[in-house]
Amino acid sequence: MTDDVAEGQQVPAGFDPRLLGKAQSDVDEQDVQRGKLVQYVSFKVDDSEYGIDIMAVREIQGWVTVTTLPNTPEYVRGVLNLRGTIVPIFDLRCRFGNGLTDATPLHVVIIVAVGERIMGLLVDAVSDILTIGTEEILPVPEIEARSDQRFLNGLITVQDRMVALLQIEKLFDIDELVARVGAAAE
Amino acid sequence: MSKKILAVDDSKTMRDMVSFTLKGAGHDVLLADDGVNALSALTGETVDLIITDINMPNMNGIELVEKLRADPRFRATPILILTTESDDGLKQRGRAAGATGWIVKPFVPEKLLKVVDKVCA
Amino acid sequence: MLPAMTDDPFAQFKLTFFEECTELLTDMEQNLGLVESGSFDNETLHAIFRAVHSIKAGADAFSFKRMVAFTHRFEFLLDLLREEKLAVDEPLVDTLFKSFDVLSDLVSFAQNGEEPDAEYGQDALAAIEGYLSGDVGSQPAAEATTDKPVVEEKTDQAVVETADVQSKEEGINHFRIEFTPKEAMYRHANEPLLIIRELMELGEITTTIDTERLPELAKLEPEDAYFSWVFELKTRYGRDDVDEVFEFVIDDCDLTIVTLGDDNEVVSVDVSPGHAGDDDDDFGFFVDDEALKSGVVDANPKPVEEVVAETKPAEVKAPAAAPAATTPAAPTGPTAKAAMPKSASIRVDVDRVDRLVNMVGELVITQSMLAQEVNNSAMDQSSNVTNGMEELSMHIRELQENVMSIRMQPVKSVFARMPRIVRDVSKKVGKKVKLITEGETTEVDKTVIEELADPLTHMIRNSLDHGLETPEERLAAGKGEEGTIRLSAEHRGGRIVIEITDDGRGINREKVLSLAKEKGVVAEDASLSDEEIDNLIFAPGFSTADEVTDLSGRGVGMDVVRRNIQALGGRVSVTSTPGVGARFQLTLPLTLAVLDGMIVGASDEKYVIPINNIIETVRPPSSDVETLIDGNKVIRIRGEYIRVVSVARMFGDVNASNDPSKGLVVLVEADGGKVIGLHVDMLAGQQQVVIKSLETNYRAVKGIASATILGDGSVCLILDIDALARMEVPKIKKPELMADSFVPKQTEQTEMPSAEHLEAVTA
Repeated sequence: MTDDVAEGQQVPAGFDPRLLGKAQSDVDEQDVQRGKLVQYVSFKVDDSEYGIDIMAVREIQGWVTVTTLPNTPEYVRGVLNLRGTIVPIFDLRCRFGNGLTDATPLHVVIIVAVGERIMGLLVDAVSDILTIGTEEILPVPEIEARSDQRFLNGLITVQDRMVALLQIEKLFDIDELVARVGAAAE
Repeated sequence: MSKKILAVDDSKTMRDMVSFTLKGAGHDVLLADDGVNALSALTGETVDLIITDINMPNMNGIELVEKLRADPRFRATPILILTTESDDGLKQRGRAAGATGWIVKPFVPEKLLKVVDKVCA
Repeated sequence: MLPAMTDDPFAQFKLTFFEECTELLTDMEQNLGLVESGSFDNETLHAIFRAVHSIKAGADAFSFKRMVAFTHRFEFLLDLLREEKLAVDEPLVDTLFKSFDVLSDLVSFAQNGEEPDAEYGQDALAAIEGYLSGDVGSQPAAEATTDKPVVEEKTDQAVVETADVQSKEEGINHFRIEFTPKEAMYRHANEPLLIIRELMELGEITTTIDTERLPELAKLEPEDAYFSWVFELKTRYGRDDVDEVFEFVIDDCDLTIVTLGDDNEVVSVDVSPGHAGDDDDDFGFFVDDEALKSGVVDANPKPVEEVVAETKPAEVKAPAAAPAATTPAAPTGPTAKAAMPKSASIRVDVDRVDRLVNMVGELVITQSMLAQEVNNSAMDQSSNVTNGMEELSMHIRELQENVMSIRMQPVKSVFARMPRIVRDVSKKVGKKVKLITEGETTEVDKTVIEELADPLTHMIRNSLDHGLETPEERLAAGKGEEGTIRLSAEHRGGRIVIEITDDGRGINREKVLSLAKEKGVVAEDASLSDEEIDNLIFAPGFSTADEVTDLSGRGVGMDVVRRNIQALGGRVSVTSTPGVGARFQLTLPLTLAVLDGMIVGASDEKYVIPINNIIETVRPPSSDVETLIDGNKVIRIRGEYIRVVSVARMFGDVNASNDPSKGLVVLVEADGGKVIGLHVDMLAGQQQVVIKSLETNYRAVKGIASATILGDGSVCLILDIDALARMEVPKIKKPELMADSFVPKQTEQTEMPSAEHLEAVTA
């Protein structure tokens, strides 16, 4: 089943963002491959806009009821069944320290792959597919006191909006997960 | 030209390697893991070549060659024995039993294919 | 041996090789056990030989040089053994086991891409060499040397000389080849036409055929050889290449190869057999065994006959060939076949089986979803759809059972390792032990097998170390010198039960209890039953002082054993009778893929409780419910007080009812026989569920064993009863204890499933 997810097959109520990306922008495939251009899926959490590498995105779907997982951090909203695989759903707003999202069917879950793991990110809305040159990515200023600072790896400006690029590995540090497995086994 | 070849070895690794090499050259390959199963694989079946290991449980390669040569259907079928080293004692026994030639394990694919070509019409 | 190793075409088979090694070594260990116990026959020895032989061949193919070198010598030793040139005694068995160890390690080294120290395995090798150089072992690998025809060496030398002179690759070489096949050539299924064809590929050729010997038709033997050929070959290839053409038939023909100069002058003449038995070659052909046996040289009137006679000293060969022909490699005729029935089997990648298991799991879920839809649709109970659904459900269940059975394997592979451990440990501790294994064919899921080895090893060591007495002690206690450890497996109630029974001294309760008190495992004033005391050895933090330092432990206690077993959904317990012995009992699920569960509702969530843990379900009247001073509830059942845990509260719903009399209490038995009550709101039915790990994409969660997907597609968590029995309900009074993990969550269930709905789901 995981294979299906990895291949980003079409699912009801979902769409493949990479197809969208191709349709919306006249990106020279070769440029993308050469790494000059990179593509991000941008989405909103509260008033901020974030981007994640499109290569990590497997699919996007509307919010559905999840099964709550006890004894987990608050930002873990629970797990859902993604074609036979149990996928944890993380509330990004909560992860950034701004409290739980009051999720409705209008909210969006972005299914991403982090290493071998498949996870879902609960966000307010998906806004765009951004194609940018790597040189446009600016470092995150050290001084800026954002609650999400430690999860970012760059900033870009798109039509006067600032989009913060997320490094998903940092959101759910795999090492941290592994360490917790040990603790949970106690 | 494509040949139908029966490879007999109790070692899965060897069978795989022989089969891989032969199939890669376009041959059809039948496999058996000992003499007994080789004979049953040949029931109602003819092949262009038989390649067999010597040290096998149930029925070893020498016995297999003897049995095959006693069967009119396989009197003229080339049989190569696989030996681990250039072991003349084994080769002589294979010869006495009626084997056509031998291949020394480990083999390189080119060599195996060359020998196959050599003995197969 | 493999010059093309740089881009190894066979690299992809390494995995197969290592798998095969594991199998071979497992069988070998078992066979060595038989040899040690004296209950072996010649086939046992042959099987051991073949195992090493196969490993050597594979090692050679992948250039695992250390393994090749070692197996080469080990094989010699085993060859002597199977030829009955060595007597099986204790030092020999020791050497065999030692060598087995080294071989196993060399395989591991190779598998991990490591290179052992140069010294590694030298002691075993020295022991082997001791046998090989001994009186009986002066001629290792009989078949390799004793009957090696001397003539081959002579001809080799001749070939080397001529080859050196003749092999010039550049320019055009001119050969005249006289080729007269003998009858034997056809009997070995060699075909002159193929040879001519091959020769033609070398260059320009003119052929003259001599039919002089062809008899009149009436006397013609269809399988005899009557023709001779003379070829004139002009080729860019060298003499070596020409020799190679005839390599297969060199001894089945008379062959003269004349090298001609530019003006057709004769440069050299070579008469067959010129190239037979080239030991450096990877293939070749046989000399005429008829000639060998009879000692007569082919009497064909050929001009080169004298030369042939010189190069074929048949008298030398004859005695050598005779024993060779009468000593087949293994006395394993058709009779041996009957003794070893073989079931036809195929090897399948575990991944494929796992995918199949997963797919069937999905199918089960989809089916129950469909069934639910059909139920809800108020369709006529006797309609074709309803009937079809029933049939479908039956078939799927059967399919699932069958698919699950593919992964089932006999516990033999694990049991087979134990004689070895018993042997080693008993030697170290100076005890005499007999190991009896029973039920080795009992099957259990592959995943369970893999996890069994460590706990079993540890428990066996424990029995040897702590359970059994020394021979002196045993004699003093009126027992036989030799202790017995019985290892058995059987299926019982959908689970596998493994027992390790010893006839040793039993558990020293006094010592265990005082140690447990000393270590704070139990309270000073605790009063425990004998059984409870015995089971203290599994308690976390309890391990007897000697255990940490001794061989059985590697610093690991029985608590780790218990934890490992629990992680598999299993239990372990011990019963002991002082002076008579102890029995460890391990029960495990047959599979880690599915589970029979009771679905319960608590708060807004549904959970699965493994049926195996459930004792009964009660609706306690409020008169039977008591509240302890710490706020915990207990219920009285048949005069006993049982702690009740609210599942909802345990999982953070602080608003959930804490009154068991307002709901249902499922009594469950946790590890070690501890009974607790789980307070839930409702029971929603019993069903088999497919186990899905939370750790695939997330991590382990305290109190939750794993998850499953219900018929409606929702995820349902499977409770970890053993963990729940140890957990404390989070208390609101102490928020600092709840940090991060126990923060109550806002409920996400917008549509709370009604009780009826749940019943329908699982009906």
